[in-house]
Amino acid sequence: MTTLIEAPPTDADGLLPSKKKRTGGGLGQYILIRFLLIFPTILILVTMVFFLMRITGDPITAALGGRLPPEQLAERITAAGYDRPILVQYFEYLGQLITGNFGTTLSDNRQVTEMLVTYGSATLELTINALIVALLVGIPLGMVAAHRRDKAPDAVLRIFAILCYATPVFFSGLLFKLTFSVWLGWLPVAGRARTSSELQLTSLQAPTGIYWLDAIRSGNTAALSDVLAHAVLPALALGLLTAGIFLRLVRTNVIGTLGKDYVEAGRSRGVSEFRLVTKHAYKPALIPIITVMGLQIAVLLGGAVLTETTFEWKGLGFQLATYLTARDFVAVQGIVVLLAVIVAVTNFIVDIVAALIDPRVRY
Amino acid sequence: MSSDPITTYKDPRASWFGRLPVVSHFNKSVGLQRGMLVTGLLLTAIFLLTAIFAPLIAPYGFSQISDADGGFPAQQAPGGKHLWGTTVGGYDVFSRVVWGAQTAIMVIVVAVVMSIFIGVILGLVSGYIGGWLDRILVVIADAVYAFPSLLVAIVMAIVISGGRSSLWGGIVAAAISITVVFIPQYFRVIRAETIRLKAEPFVESAKVVGASNVRIMSRHIFKNATRTLPLIFTLNASEAILTLAGLGFLGFGIEPTSAAEWGFDLNKALADTTSGIWWTGVFPGLAIVLTVLGLTLVGESINDLNDPRLRGRKKAAAGKADRIPPRARRQRSNQK
Repeated sequence: MTTLIEAPPTDADGLLPSKKKRTGGGLGQYILIRFLLIFPTILILVTMVFFLMRITGDPITAALGGRLPPEQLAERITAAGYDRPILVQYFEYLGQLITGNFGTTLSDNRQVTEMLVTYGSATLELTINALIVALLVGIPLGMVAAHRRDKAPDAVLRIFAILCYATPVFFSGLLFKLTFSVWLGWLPVAGRARTSSELQLTSLQAPTGIYWLDAIRSGNTAALSDVLAHAVLPALALGLLTAGIFLRLVRTNVIGTLGKDYVEAGRSRGVSEFRLVTKHAYKPALIPIITVMGLQIAVLLGGAVLTETTFEWKGLGFQLATYLTARDFVAVQGIVVLLAVIVAVTNFIVDIVAALIDPRVRY
Repeated sequence: MSSDPITTYKDPRASWFGRLPVVSHFNKSVGLQRGMLVTGLLLTAIFLLTAIFAPLIAPYGFSQISDADGGFPAQQAPGGKHLWGTTVGGYDVFSRVVWGAQTAIMVIVVAVVMSIFIGVILGLVSGYIGGWLDRILVVIADAVYAFPSLLVAIVMAIVISGGRSSLWGGIVAAAISITVVFIPQYFRVIRAETIRLKAEPFVESAKVVGASNVRIMSRHIFKNATRTLPLIFTLNASEAILTLAGLGFLGFGIEPTSAAEWGFDLNKALADTTSGIWWTGVFPGLAIVLTVLGLTLVGESINDLNDPRLRGRKKAAAGKADRIPPRARRQRSNQK
């Protein structure tokens, strides 16, 4: 992304005299340019997805072809407007997207927008849980590995990090299910909650859709423990995938900062090794972690599709897999577009946070 | 030995063997790093050999459900005639895991070769020509790069095959899906290198001599810009396996009758877990993990060894390293 920001449009004014002005307006300008860049990104992805999906033919033939006689099929294609020129359809689709209308699914005749809201919260919950696991596992272990560099703990942790990356979420999920649900019987096999607590939580006033948040808000401890028991394994499976990346990142960056002079100065003043690693070396190492966290959102969302299918977690990814099997490409397109928007917006937020923390990023 | 240290040092440039990417890295490595590299190479070698000799290793075909003695039993525990048991459909798990290596390697080779080819050309052209073409390509590549790779692969799989396919159709579809994910990565690396090299004196002088743009790109820049490719290749090969398995797991892989695919087998194994049947899922899963682990270890080691800051400090091999004079040692670490 950063390569795009090299030339702000106001450069024509001349570089030298405006030196003072630029330091004053730098951040505001940076945020504005960065914000405006979201739109081409989303537009490119929407355009690509739209045209790629249409290369295969119209969605109705894909979903119902072979199951309906050709005359009825043609009738429905005309009714939905799929026989018009593709550019007309494209601009109509863009217009609909701006007003928040994603169309109607073909397989179960629902509003795509409504479907996205219902299942989006489940995916959000899973992603948040996984991110918590990833940070809780990755950051402390990364600091340990950096502190014990090239010793046995470092070697073990680095192998662990690569293993985290090398294990597909559906395989770690399968292993977790086998161990903790089937053999030990500690945790439930699949789903987000028992039907009873699911009913209690969805009948709340203005539910957030994030079950543990709803359970805490309503003070329902039985439902909370049930929800948490269901959440552990999916969050672990998805969280470990990114935990390895955080671990390595923290390790490399802390090793980098541990060699700096100010750390040496702290050591000579008698600051404890623990404090040196956790305070002095760790904080400057945080900036790349925030940047990578933004990229990890994309990885987490991709992983969520697989995790949700593994654990029958009824979120966007689970629905995506279901709609893919049903060849319902209107719904698939809706989900993909929503995820594109989420990724673009997250990257924007991450870039802004990084700029706020580190002035050098702003150029 | 005891004479002038410079004469005992053998320049690795002398032999082509010592200059091969992996061999030169092996010579540079010490201690833990060497251990990781060797482990990675071993796992990768096992994977390659399994893939090549799959017809000899596998006792049965990947879609075979009966032999001369009659049909295979369903969901039989490991042991006896079926080393790793059988699936619910009566397939032999061991045979399918072995054949799966062959599918995986075909997809990796097709995918990585295609994405290197396209990505390198686009990166060279974009970086060398610059201007609006460069801008547009960068925006597109960034947009695709930021997007979850699995979703890009899913969309491509829909486009290419509508999701269902035969052996070669499935392999090509999976490979193209993965290619689209990888092109931006090669594009970025090569473009950045091209922009750097464009300003180098030797490119300038080639221009002065009158070399055409195509010749400068293909001779002068390409050869210098590709030194990072072995690293991206190994890392991408492992990612390609994960993407292929992910596609297969979502039901977008290759039909079980046309080829064996680890992700697809894991999807089918998911239903078995609740009844405590572990062998249908654990073995294909382990195959994925070990293969990816092997490739990643090789890639990681090459990466660390290329970067002097990350390279293991040589004190572990003090006796050996001391014999090399500082100048020659610097020379050695400069060439990659």
